[in-house]
Amino acid sequence: MTMKQWLLPSLFASTCLFSIAAGAGPIENYSPVTADRLKNPEPGNWMLYRRTYDGQGYSPLDRINTSNVKNLVPVWTFSTGVVEGHQSPPIVNNGAMFITTPQGQVIALNAKTGDEYWRYKRQLPDDLFQLHPTNRGVGLWQDKLYLATTDDHVVALDAKTGKVLWDTKVQDYRKGQYLTLMPLIVDGKVIVGGSGGEFGVRGYVVAFDADTGKELWRTFTIPGPGEPGHETWSGDDWKTGGAPAWMTGNYDVETRTIYWGTGNAAPWPGETHPGDNLYSTSVLALDPDNGKIKSYFQYHQNDSWDWDEVDAPMLVDLQRDGRTIKSLIHPGRNAIFWVLERKPEGIKYVAGWPFVYTDVWKGIEPSGKPIVDPAHKPGIGKRVEFCPSLWGGKDWPSAAYSQNTRLVYVPANENFCGGFTGEKLPLVPGQLWLGTKPEDIGLKVRPGATHFGELQAWDPATGKKVWSHNFPKSHLFGSVTVTAGDLVLVGGTNDRMFRAFHAKTGELLWEQKTNSGIVGMPVAYEVDGTQYIAVQSGWGVDAQRIQDALATQNNVGVENNVPQGGVVWVFAVKK
Amino acid sequence: MSSPSDQTRRTIILTALATAVHASAPRSAAAEEDAPGSDLRPQKADVLVFAEGDRAGEVIKPQDLKPGGPAVRAWPKDPKTSVVRKGSRLNEVVVVKLDPAELDDSTRPRSADGIVAYSAICSHAGCPITAWVKAAQGEKDVLKCVCHNSEFDPRQSAQVVFGPAPRRLAALPLAIADGSLTVAGTFVGKAGAQQGG
Ligand code: FES
Repeated sequence: MTMKQWLLPSLFASTCLFSIAAGAGPIENYSPVTADRLKNPEPGNWMLYRRTYDGQGYSPLDRINTSNVKNLVPVWTFSTGVVEGHQSPPIVNNGAMFITTPQGQVIALNAKTGDEYWRYKRQLPDDLFQLHPTNRGVGLWQDKLYLATTDDHVVALDAKTGKVLWDTKVQDYRKGQYLTLMPLIVDGKVIVGGSGGEFGVRGYVVAFDADTGKELWRTFTIPGPGEPGHETWSGDDWKTGGAPAWMTGNYDVETRTIYWGTGNAAPWPGETHPGDNLYSTSVLALDPDNGKIKSYFQYHQNDSWDWDEVDAPMLVDLQRDGRTIKSLIHPGRNAIFWVLERKPEGIKYVAGWPFVYTDVWKGIEPSGKPIVDPAHKPGIGKRVEFCPSLWGGKDWPSAAYSQNTRLVYVPANENFCGGFTGEKLPLVPGQLWLGTKPEDIGLKVRPGATHFGELQAWDPATGKKVWSHNFPKSHLFGSVTVTAGDLVLVGGTNDRMFRAFHAKTGELLWEQKTNSGIVGMPVAYEVDGTQYIAVQSGWGVDAQRIQDALATQNNVGVENNVPQGGVVWVFAVKK
Repeated sequence: MSSPSDQTRRTIILTALATAVHASAPRSAAAEEDAPGSDLRPQKADVLVFAEGDRAGEVIKPQDLKPGGPAVRAWPKDPKTSVVRKGSRLNEVVVVKLDPAELDDSTRPRSADGIVAYSAICSHAGCPITAWVKAAQGEKDVLKCVCHNSEFDPRQSAQVVFGPAPRRLAALPLAIADGSLTVAGTFVGKAGAQQGG
């Protein structure tokens, strides 16, 4: 081989390394993902964010169950080599697993053995300001995967090889636009919503053609002039009012309606954006064909607490008041457990009650509008304290609904309050715009608090709490998954544990210490007749921030010593 | 509670943020960013100008800085062309005046009259350094990135004293010329985050 011959392939190889690290090779026999498969996923697969379009986070697998979970052992692990918050569910399609990491990596693994097929590494710009350095997973369609990136692109990869097929810029990361969610795939459309409420953006949900990356529609979550709801904003506030849509939506297959949650209004103090501020802190019902807003429900008006309501409500057929209610269930960041109804004429309020302590609401009107106590509503030039804290009663980590027990499992945080002093500050594009100084933000533990994190089981039919498990030394910041084996699976605590609870009784049945803390979403899947449970351990982002806050509170006894670094853990029952 | 005490203030800062943190360096207009040299890293003989506040854009003189802080955010400016190097956020620095006796042996030669300058971009995930507050451990004031609570001691080449940041902030050597703060060399270390932001 001449020098030139040698040089060329080696140059080519090193160029490839920048986007795709060499693994064992392409995935053989990949199962293309169709609309039917997404609508009726095989029990052994986990191909959507919450496994099914209804967002329940429920697996019908029951080989691992309350009687044998004590024999659950790790069967393989895989270290991602990346630090920060690993928040994505391992996505599984007939033996192929795809995980994502902070900084925009996708890793394809053999779900049975943990062997790597390939890895995609996004090269992020040097000047990127990653407020939430994380990613929540890849969407699947046919033989492609879709990744939303913190530098505000959507990228399509070949599922078998990791090769980039298209790369569409959504907006400009330099203006505070970024993406962290797992794309929702509906009938060949890749649908994402933007982050950036802290930067004074105008929120949106946008759909791309799955084959070409071409934009099909874009719906702003703040109505512009002439659009219904625009009158709920003053002056030009609608241009910068936030209402980002940074979590994956759910989908009603029957009525072909997407339900998407929206975030807080910007900046934080309500006085800076008078009005109800539609559609901030709401759920939107969207038409997947054109993005048209069919209906909405606003969880609270004129948000002043930074209470994003981005976690999309679960779609549940609920037996309540002697009838079947096609419900939407949303334990809110605003501390209210919401039961809504999907009616042909739109979303209607059914019931709501506080699931953690709150001093902000004095009640809920029959229309579903919560009644605010002005003493706990932040404004300009005064310090206001309120409960729960900025992180709310439940932040973005998802609750789950069991079709067996008919209970909703909520990763709640209790006994946290917070406060800040509102200030009018000028907006500088690309820079954070909170309406307060960070020095003025606080998180406080309620006097006499005996615990912080609380895994709760609620009966949405009666509004009764059936059981709860309290964590005396940790908040709870991780998504919940429930299985037909009556296991409630959750990490989320600062002792690095991954746990299984009895779905009916709340009894702690099994726990395993992991490398780091778990803010990722557990999943259940099956390959060749064996059931597995998988989760990523990798602490960071807001879970770490809360921990830092707790560590500085006197007499709480919490240390902020959770090590970072991502590892995929896969468990099976020892035979 | 009306205004937080120092102790509370410290707690509050460490508390950090639910979904966001503060940053305040203004971005310049596109035209200004496009000016030749505006995205060049700070160059020897550049002057420093205030990045924010009433005096934004004015050249910083040593007497403008209060001994013991607070830290001030600044952009380098080419004195010949008058181009402020705002074209990249990686050019922003924080400047603080300290007691020269407090500076360690590697920091002192880069300082001018006790004044030290560092990259304003956190080595963790690329947020801006915005706070000058009491350290989580000890009594000294430190540079702080409130995104994820990393703290850097400007007396010791901005080494990490708390939080997830993996390495120190890049240092910018300073001198005083014609009564103004000037840049005495290029960044020592990498300005920017550990991995692409
Ligand atoms: S970006 Fe500064 S601590 Fe994370």
